[in-house]
Amino acid sequence: MTTGPQTGPQTGPQTGPRRISGKGATVPFTFAGRRLEGRAGDTIASALLANGILTVGRSFKYRRPRGILAAGEDEPNAILDVVLNGTRVPNVRATLQPLEAGMEVTPVLGRGAELLTRLLAPFIPSGFYYKTFIWPDWRFFEPAIRRMAGLGRLDPASRATAGPGGHLAVDLCVVGAGRSGLGAATRAARAGRRVLLVDRQDAPGGASRWRSGADIAALVARAEDAGVTIWTGATAFGAYENGRLGVLRQGGSLTLGDSLWEVRAPEVTLATGALERPALFQGNDLPGTMLADAALCYLLRHGVLSGARPLVVTNNDSAYPVAIALAMAGAAVTLVDARQAPAWAARATAAGVRMVVGARIVRATGRGRVDVAVLTDGQRIGADLIAMSGGWTPTVHLYCQAGGKAVWDEGRSTLVPAFAVPGIALAGRVAGDWTGPEDALPWDWAGAPDVPETGKAKKTWVDLQNDVTLADVQLAARENFASVEHLKRYTTLGMATDQGKTANLIGAAALAQATGRRTTDLGLTTYRPPYVPVPMTALAGLSRGPLQTPLRRLAAEAAHRASGATLRDYGGLLRPAFYGPDDSVIPAECRAAREGAVVFDASSLGKVAVMGPKAGELLDFLFASRMSTLAPGRIRYGLTLSEAGTVTDDGVVLRLSPEEYLVSCSSSHVRAFVASAEEWRQTRFGREGVHIHDRTAHWATMSLSGPTSKAVLAKLGIVTGLDDAAFPHMSFVAGRFQGHPARVARVSFTGERGYEISVPAGLAIPLWEALASAGATPIGIEALGWLRAEKGFIYVGQDTDGETTPQDLGFDAPRLKRREGFVGDRALQLPVAGDAHRKALVGLSRADGGTIPAGAHLIEGRPRRSIGFVTSSHLSPTLGRGVALALLEGGRARIGQEVTWFDLGKTGRATVTAPCAWDPEGRRLDA
Amino acid sequence: MSPPSIGEKPRYSALRLFLEGLRGQKGWGPAWRSPEPKRRYDAIIIGGGGHGLSAAYHLARDHGLTDVLVIEKAWLGGGNTGRNTTIIRSNYFNRASQAVYDASLKLYEGLSRELNYNIMFSQRGSIELAHSAAEMEGLRRVVNAMQVNGIEASLLTRDEVLDMVPLLDPRRDCRWPVAGAMIQRRAGVARHDAVAWGYARAADGMGVDIVQNCAVSGFRIEGGRVTGVETPFGLIEAKVFGMAVAGASPELAALAGFRLPLLCMTLQAMVSEPLKPCLDQVVASTPNGAYVSQSDKGELVIGGGLEHLPSFARRGGLAKTREVVASVVEMFPSFSTLKLMRQWGGTVDTSPDNSPILGPSPVPNLFLNCGWGTGGFKAIPIGGKLLAHLMATGRHHPLSEPFGLERFATGRLIDEAHAGVAHD
Amino acid sequence: MTDAGLTPAPGSFPCPFCGPRDEAEFRYGGDPDVARPGPGSSDEDWARYLYVRENRRGLVREYWVHAQGCGLWLIAERDTVTHLIQSVREATP
Repeated sequence: MTTGPQTGPQTGPQTGPRRISGKGATVPFTFAGRRLEGRAGDTIASALLANGILTVGRSFKYRRPRGILAAGEDEPNAILDVVLNGTRVPNVRATLQPLEAGMEVTPVLGRGAELLTRLLAPFIPSGFYYKTFIWPDWRFFEPAIRRMAGLGRLDPASRATAGPGGHLAVDLCVVGAGRSGLGAATRAARAGRRVLLVDRQDAPGGASRWRSGADIAALVARAEDAGVTIWTGATAFGAYENGRLGVLRQGGSLTLGDSLWEVRAPEVTLATGALERPALFQGNDLPGTMLADAALCYLLRHGVLSGARPLVVTNNDSAYPVAIALAMAGAAVTLVDARQAPAWAARATAAGVRMVVGARIVRATGRGRVDVAVLTDGQRIGADLIAMSGGWTPTVHLYCQAGGKAVWDEGRSTLVPAFAVPGIALAGRVAGDWTGPEDALPWDWAGAPDVPETGKAKKTWVDLQNDVTLADVQLAARENFASVEHLKRYTTLGMATDQGKTANLIGAAALAQATGRRTTDLGLTTYRPPYVPVPMTALAGLSRGPLQTPLRRLAAEAAHRASGATLRDYGGLLRPAFYGPDDSVIPAECRAAREGAVVFDASSLGKVAVMGPKAGELLDFLFASRMSTLAPGRIRYGLTLSEAGTVTDDGVVLRLSPEEYLVSCSSSHVRAFVASAEEWRQTRFGREGVHIHDRTAHWATMSLSGPTSKAVLAKLGIVTGLDDAAFPHMSFVAGRFQGHPARVARVSFTGERGYEISVPAGLAIPLWEALASAGATPIGIEALGWLRAEKGFIYVGQDTDGETTPQDLGFDAPRLKRREGFVGDRALQLPVAGDAHRKALVGLSRADGGTIPAGAHLIEGRPRRSIGFVTSSHLSPTLGRGVALALLEGGRARIGQEVTWFDLGKTGRATVTAPCAWDPEGRRLDA
Repeated sequence: MSPPSIGEKPRYSALRLFLEGLRGQKGWGPAWRSPEPKRRYDAIIIGGGGHGLSAAYHLARDHGLTDVLVIEKAWLGGGNTGRNTTIIRSNYFNRASQAVYDASLKLYEGLSRELNYNIMFSQRGSIELAHSAAEMEGLRRVVNAMQVNGIEASLLTRDEVLDMVPLLDPRRDCRWPVAGAMIQRRAGVARHDAVAWGYARAADGMGVDIVQNCAVSGFRIEGGRVTGVETPFGLIEAKVFGMAVAGASPELAALAGFRLPLLCMTLQAMVSEPLKPCLDQVVASTPNGAYVSQSDKGELVIGGGLEHLPSFARRGGLAKTREVVASVVEMFPSFSTLKLMRQWGGTVDTSPDNSPILGPSPVPNLFLNCGWGTGGFKAIPIGGKLLAHLMATGRHHPLSEPFGLERFATGRLIDEAHAGVAHD
Repeated sequence: MTDAGLTPAPGSFPCPFCGPRDEAEFRYGGDPDVARPGPGSSDEDWARYLYVRENRRGLVREYWVHAQGCGLWLIAERDTVTHLIQSVREATP
């Protein structure tokens, strides 16, 4: 032991933890309402201990008082709610969280009905809830159980913010900046590799900061000289596929700036050390029971002596430096070693430690805190601190997450990797290397988990946070929950916020003993990420607010806003719903379309170019109707199908030239169309001969329609010759707008005469303004939907479902029989295609002219049965009555018949009509 | 209701728990035995998860078949039964699906009493959010589909949703504004492990043998029929076989010489640290791809959609975890102060129409229970009952009739493509 | 302690056109060894083509597409347990 305590012995009668040394600015905070002071550099835990606070909360199930057990991520008890600047963060682990001025710290669980739970304790063993609360019903008991369960309290008004985080690539990532980690990182960096070294503590050094006496400053300087990047306050919490590590960097404050980094490294060295195991004895949960290494950490890192009369109990050498340091700090130390002739005994004695060898602790007693310990030899020893070491468990979590498997080696009494995982190396204690750097004496840190046969099993805690006792493990074994996974799930051992870091191995050993097996043969539960709880805000990272699944926007958005548009999210695209503050303007927009001229922004409609000598062949395959027979300058409507024969989209195809087509699919299906077209092109047709280019975003498209649209268009002078004979419906012409190329296509989405004007996207706003000033009334998506429904024009996805075929939409079968084949053709001949109860598209109207809500069903029979449903429905301003589209079993055969509709318990009658309620002859296209 | 049937097992009750408490809880026996398998059984069920154990229970209880073996390759309940987010609901679109899932929900309602095992079915209501008027129309379509068939479901207005779930972001201009919702009040959550354990205990009590750590390595097929399965215990013979091995169905089918229209993919789940009660319902958003409920222990149980690649990794990717967490935090802004405690993955069998496959396999005396995708847990009681019916009678129960393997060739799919984020 | 020398991650999916890229840019595209049945095929053949995919533990041939990249369709040999990619080549008809 070369690291001495920082001060000489203290005098005076003292009990419990207190600060004995160290300097630093004072940091005010409160605990359970008491005003306290910590120091810069404190964690919440060290500050609490420095203030003599032993009990930091109550246990989850039995409401027993609990104190700080550990000094790191393994802490099971000191889980606290913290309010800082009005923001509440629940379940803060006091041993990891740096203290900040103004923190209001409260235990997550109060005393509760302590007496009641104490009386109940014998009757509520693990899994008691499976055996009772069956009669009369669980619902009578659940609310009370829920109220008793849970840890911290959520504050609905609180928010935490993350830093952005990011992705990084390095050649090697070393996890753990202790001696081994620094060494491995330095060696690799000197060999010219890019190395990132991460450590969860606020400074490098690992356990060496309070243990080995190694010159950490020198090791760090060497690593930095070699070019190692060192991140402190950074926890590697998960090892994922492809050499990806999740790393959480602690932010500057409790509620601010935690950030998540995804680090990709072909090689990872885990120098993650080991976690100390508690000892199993009756009363091992009393406040004042602490891991030996934690006592050393608090003493040497924070100047806090955790007890004036410590009893150090151990079954290995690692607790000796603890006992010696405590003694040198002035404490009256007794060390109890389970072994007969420990190598370190003489050193301890020389330091003034009272030694007891060949004995174990049987129980600890005291009122709310440790007072007396009873040993196997019957000795009673007064103590205010029990610093225990039940051996060490290598921190193999990331190795296991990466696909490894740790097995218990009975001979060496430690966890060892069962096999190598490519790209993962272990270094230092995690690899079973327990040597100290400068000590001559051999080290024995292993310490087999020691499951006592004496003492009360139900007062011997295995999992402190979930209140699982040795008796619970034995009960699970009796009931044949004999797999470690069953033990975990039945008793909840290892399922608390510490994820069983101190409990899992001793739990497995206890189960092994209870079932007469070896720990080795039992195996261990799966190591699941994350290694430490990760703030959800850090996981979300930048994917918040408008950046979460960002909305796509139109090039003319500013002009729409200037025109008074209300914009809404339509399938991820922000589009004008209508032009006015609320939807009362929709009827007027509809009337304008039937009576004058309207314009809507159709820029999001697909404009997918298909080019090359095989372009027609590909399109013939992609569409249910043939496209290669289209003349240049002409436009054809068509459906695309899935290979299962169902309709995936409808759209129009323009033949720009003999070898170039433009597919105008619907806005929400552009990506799917391009993806499908590329798939067939590359896997069936070959990449030569046909090319696909999605030009949707390159062009802005305004759709002008209505009886006076021709006159409005004429004012713009984009094209000359608007004569219907030269420029008929379903054809297009080239033109120019403000000196740039433009294209005008005669198509209609409203049933009225229509022109679709496309210009380079940068001219979207000028085109919009030109149309508006030429007299076109702007209309939004809602009015368009009403107008379409009147015409029986479908929206694929709304007026179709996952079973709708072209026949169901009225496409006659002969057109669908084509020799050359097309996507989905074979499926149209499956038996299901001939089923009588297929749903077909129809219209509906009510005798009283009222509407039927979209989403209503059509029913018949007793008991009633759904025979279809309403897909679109509006009160038509044009017709002065409700119009609706529906998918109805045997639909077209029912035209003229009455059906019953059902909506949220209400029913009514409606007449089945053809889908098109407005201008079925299509005269208005040329009106 | 049929009488409780747990065979020879001593019954659980508050009184017995009290009496055991007086003597240190020392009198409890094994919840199930760990027998050596015999050489021959009447029936063998492959898969000791919820569906397999439920099938064994129903073979014994409904059909009096107790010479039954359940073979589990690892530990019982360790597959998707113990990995899912425990949601039980029947808000499906097609009549055939509703009939199956609602029959299951009804069985769940009586299951604790039937099995004499508290599975903690908490009918707290399942809320499916809509973020736009169009999405509300879609939900109305589903609600009416259910109401027509007499299954409880209703719509909630935006204000009703925000009253019930005050933690949701109430702003109209947030990324996922609440427009309204659909609620099924009888829906809820249960303790998943308890479902497996309850069935195992009851089946064991009626004489069913359950053998764990026993993987099937092959089938013996003679004259076109399965006569036995190869296991670490050697060949075990039986007259009839059933398979309920979600996540391994295509592989097991391959051992029997046929292929299934399934893809195995990973579905993730995750929990936050435990909190005092703050969320009383299951809340899901399909457009946002996430759902959340609070367990009785206080953890927020969070799920999302599938990772769309064939996988047997049984672990989730970090990218999907982050996407799902981000979605939840965006809907519930105060969750930004919470921490994610544990995350895991399960391998699910996904079918082309998001509906299960129940019925005969191409091998005459081997019956299928697979393809539940992400929604298997809620169907455990009925899935087992229907598999038992098939195995005992060789014929479909009317409920399973539409779900046969042949529907893929006829095209008569039962499309539940919009059955929810991950429809569990 | 600077972050100098650290670069964005290149990813581990070797696209023949773009080089190594993040796996998230790629999408699974089905089974390349299922042929589309010609005219006169049986309903069962069509169902097999539509719905039955190679689906087992271990190395499997799969279609992948660099959906958020160059758009190439690829045939990859990938392990369905570890997700490690053994080989990638461009898909051809």
